Amino acid sequence: MKVDLKQVEEACKELYIRACKILPPDIKQGFARLDKSETDATGKAILATMIRNITVAEDTNNLLCQDTGIPIYNVTIGSGVEVDGFKLKQAIARGCERATREHPLRSSVVHPVTRKNEHTSCGRAVPVIHLDFTDQPETLSIEMIPKGSGSENNSWLKMAIPADGIDAVKTFVIDCVLDAGGKTCPPTIVGVGVGGTADLCVHLSKVAATRPLGSRCEDPEGARLEQELSAVVNQLGVGAQGLGGDSTSFAVHVETAATHITMNPVAVNMQCHSARRARATFTPRGLEYGF
Amino acid sequence: MAHYDFNMPVTEQQARALRVNDTVTLNGTLYGIRDATLIHMFDRGRTTRFDLKGHAVIHTAPNVKWMGETAAYPSGYAPICIGTTTSARMERFTRPLMEQYGARIVIGKGGLFAASQAAFKDLGGVYLAVIGGAAALETTWIEQIEDVDLDDLNPESLWKFRVKGFGPLLVAMDSHGGNLYTQVNQAARGKRAAALAALGVKSQNLT
Repeated sequence: MKVDLKQVEEACKELYIRACKILPPDIKQGFARLDKSETDATGKAILATMIRNITVAEDTNNLLCQDTGIPIYNVTIGSGVEVDGFKLKQAIARGCERATREHPLRSSVVHPVTRKNEHTSCGRAVPVIHLDFTDQPETLSIEMIPKGSGSENNSWLKMAIPADGIDAVKTFVIDCVLDAGGKTCPPTIVGVGVGGTADLCVHLSKVAATRPLGSRCEDPEGARLEQELSAVVNQLGVGAQGLGGDSTSFAVHVETAATHITMNPVAVNMQCHSARRARATFTPRGLEYGF
Repeated sequence: MAHYDFNMPVTEQQARALRVNDTVTLNGTLYGIRDATLIHMFDRGRTTRFDLKGHAVIHTAPNVKWMGETAAYPSGYAPICIGTTTSARMERFTRPLMEQYGARIVIGKGGLFAASQAAFKDLGGVYLAVIGGAAALETTWIEQIEDVDLDDLNPESLWKFRVKGFGPLLVAMDSHGGNLYTQVNQAARGKRAAALAALGVKSQNLT
């Protein structure tokens, strides 16, 4: 399958706008689940407002949240896909810039030193583009994530030691949730990376935070850990918006990687309740949008 | 737990009457500010031509569309999506906003800390919580972008919005030392040990 880069550019523009406007069904179900179990009156009222906002955004064809985030594009290239990788990255950035100018969207991206905003949502190494490969025949998949800063500012890495074992991981996650309080716009998805190198560990925490609700870590040890942590975080009472109640998080997600004999790294990255994602899948049958 | 409808601006007395868990709905003028706006106003010596006395400021940077200046769009901008950002980063600007500009109400999400709490107590102000991430809904409460200042900082300009039925917003910090965030956070920290026990954590002295 030969990839039409003009179509990729169009799709990457469309993905940014779709992601900002339509919340994935798993997150909507997550809201329904939390709403059902919430016992605190303030928490219940806050969840009701958030759920109403999802409907208002769809009815008025508007953005769910004003924070258009840092744009992230996760590209997965299947076998038999013919594409010039460099030109693919250029097409993604062009689509991202066009969404910003043509919709228009607020460009939330600035130079880290001068703080200059180019009003394109682009800059050095932004949009963030991750490339991966699968054996899925003739399939190119692009997932777009506008990562909001309220949650991204709550990111942590701890290079714990092997002697502290899994206790260090569990304690760190609980302390991060407590430190975050309402700053992350809870209910959140708490993304936890365990193992790897420092940078891989942080990356895994982002993968975990942006995974669909209901999905499980492929590593059974990670799956067990995320189940345990998910049950406990909502007992802390941080609650929606940090104002109390049972709805601190939709879930805790864990991703793992092998690590060094001397290392025990753990990273936490938070996803706010506006857990936005959109996906475009190119196959020989054409282009399909989803989540 | 009383509800108040405010036509902005308000007096010190009106601000001091509010207690945590009360709710407020605003009408009239609302100013939008955030990181760069405040950094330029208080660290780089810039000033605004707007009179913030008795007014509310919201921590925001909107999505807007340039329409050209007309009667319908006096600032030249149409609102697309206007929501609220995390307030914590703006903590050190609460007191100068109140002291130098007379602002009375800060609206945001996630809450502020001790320095702001003291400013609210000393000068008569409150923090109102709006639901973060509910920007599509919040936008329906905004009638117009009336004016804009410091627009070279766009989107972090100083925005003057005209609002109608902006709320209800929860009084989360008041001028009497009340702070819902601190209350909730202290209670949550009190549950830390039980949470760790439930997770089977045995080590007390982690490195």
